[in-house]
Amino acid sequence: MRNTTASAMALLLALPVAAQAEIRLGASVSATGPAAFLGDPEAKTIEMMVEDINEAGGIDGEQIALTLYDDGGDPNKARTFATRLVEDDEVVAIIGGSTTGTTMSILDVAEDEGIPFISLAGAISIVDPVREYVFKTPHTDRMACEKIFSDMQAQGISRIGMISGTDGFGASMQAQCKDVAGDQGIEVLADETYGPQDADTTPQLTRIRNTDGVQAVLNAGFGQGPAIVTRNFAQLGFDIPLYQSHGVASNAFVELVGPEASQGVRLPGTALLIGDRLAEDDPQYQVVNDYTAAYRERYGQDPSTFAGYAHDAVALMVDAMRRADEIAPDAIRDALEATQGFVGTTGVYTFSPEDHLGLDPSDFRMLEITADGWKQID
Amino acid sequence: MDALLQFIFSGVTVGAVYALVALGFTIIYNASDVVNFAQGEFVMLGGMITVFAFEAGMPLPLAAVLAVLATAAIGVALNKLAIEPARGAPVVTLIIITIGASILIRGAAQLVFDKQLHRFPAFSGDDPIRILGATILPQSLWVIVGALVVFVGLWLFFTRTLTGKAVLATANNRVAAQLVGINTAWVMTLSFGLSAAIGALAGVLVTPITLVSYDVGVALALKGFAAAMLGGMGNPKGALAGGLLLGLLEALTAGYLSSQYKDAVAFIVILGVLFAMPQGLFGKSATERV
Repeated sequence: MRNTTASAMALLLALPVAAQAEIRLGASVSATGPAAFLGDPEAKTIEMMVEDINEAGGIDGEQIALTLYDDGGDPNKARTFATRLVEDDEVVAIIGGSTTGTTMSILDVAEDEGIPFISLAGAISIVDPVREYVFKTPHTDRMACEKIFSDMQAQGISRIGMISGTDGFGASMQAQCKDVAGDQGIEVLADETYGPQDADTTPQLTRIRNTDGVQAVLNAGFGQGPAIVTRNFAQLGFDIPLYQSHGVASNAFVELVGPEASQGVRLPGTALLIGDRLAEDDPQYQVVNDYTAAYRERYGQDPSTFAGYAHDAVALMVDAMRRADEIAPDAIRDALEATQGFVGTTGVYTFSPEDHLGLDPSDFRMLEITADGWKQID
Repeated sequence: MDALLQFIFSGVTVGAVYALVALGFTIIYNASDVVNFAQGEFVMLGGMITVFAFEAGMPLPLAAVLAVLATAAIGVALNKLAIEPARGAPVVTLIIITIGASILIRGAAQLVFDKQLHRFPAFSGDDPIRILGATILPQSLWVIVGALVVFVGLWLFFTRTLTGKAVLATANNRVAAQLVGINTAWVMTLSFGLSAAIGALAGVLVTPITLVSYDVGVALALKGFAAAMLGGMGNPKGALAGGLLLGLLEALTAGYLSSQYKDAVAFIVILGVLFAMPQGLFGKSATERV
């Protein structure tokens, strides 16, 4: 009740402000804390893009005023910041929620207050069931599983061993993969786990190797775990393929693992990873290479897949603002939902009232690490 | 058979990592009864400084020496700036100060360095050594040898040198130690410097295996602390045995039982041991005069 009154007050106070030529955009990402490897490049991307858009004249002559908070990966802080964005900063749209946990906090506020929100987190529960004001840019881990399993089918692989991290990402993907495996004719014969900071996984991999009939190994996880699994995999001298998840789709992963041990690893990734190898007539060629060049020039490093999620969120939001009848939350939401064939770094987005993710497994590209970098194999 | 050997290799590798971290706890504990929860951060600093010095073009051995010296200096600074001003405070207060220091160092590291994972090349390459169908990486041998060398060094230090005995005397009774002419302030400075140096050395040795980022310290300190408690806090022999035992328990559980339960089994065994022998496997029961 107090909240409603407060927001009604805020709305009244906001009316004269809206007359000024300024679009208030809010963001809350996990730039520090345990999810910093997600939130840090996301924050950099959001800041860079807003500045660039403003320099180029803003949206129909109106400048974007960005308010960016760092929630440190803490869902409670994310909720506080989301409320502050709506009530104090009076934003018309929110981007952020680096993790599923922080997204869930922001999502409640966005739904209650009727503010369009694009999440940067992976879980399918964010957009299923569809919520009126909530959209998201990353693929779900279920789609990653489907993509990996279709590649396995194409290779004639039907019996696999899984090794997953016990962190949120690994556990969620492990459950999703086991759930869809049967539908795609894949049998999971061995199912092992490791702690996110374990130094060695050779016992688990030895168990998988000693399981009869295993034709490939799938590692669900991100962070240091997959790097250690891949190194152990090479150490044990397996002669079957190793599949990794989209969680480690980055050049940093290849550097961590080393060129020899990483060779032959297959994973579903986005076009962002193979920007310089895309054909020039590829629909994503322009957007991927423009973004990579801008990011590299500004920060001296390559953008990660996660940074790409933030890029797509900002680009989608700005596109919706340009098409919206007026710069108001409901008009932006309607324009966002009407997005058709919008090309981002992650894929081509088409939203509808039934689909607030707008991607499908075909937006993933199956990649293999070779001696001279990433190679698309589908 | 080759599976068992592989589990043992894995357990010894991981165990040596835990043992190295656990050994770092012993000196400060012996000098002041303080469990230094910033020990994991010393390990992290050892790895991170080496990575950044190496990437800046320094040869690896030089980068490693720089990392150990710089971390030792940070250890001394921690003592001078945070522990010494609170000297009269009870041990629990000092332990809480070290927890604060660990948060500070972690925060500073993510600003000074970055938030990414890093690794530098293994000292003797990545070609696994094959023994009876099982494999072990050369870097694991470096870690095992490093743990043994630090162990022997600490054992000699505490039993054969006057300085080492001065450290033990300071812990036992600070006033009495001062009365017999021991410079207890210097002993504390020395023990923080040495502990930090051992931590950093651990970081240098384990980084090619475990990788390093600004936040690896917490998990390492927790496992190292568990290993030290299991073996007996303050006893180098206990730290070594506790670390190896913990590593082997984890590997064998993951290999024969289930990887889901490996941490649980390790901690159940620790609880069991501490229940039967509260001082740990090699700890001496304390006799305190009241």
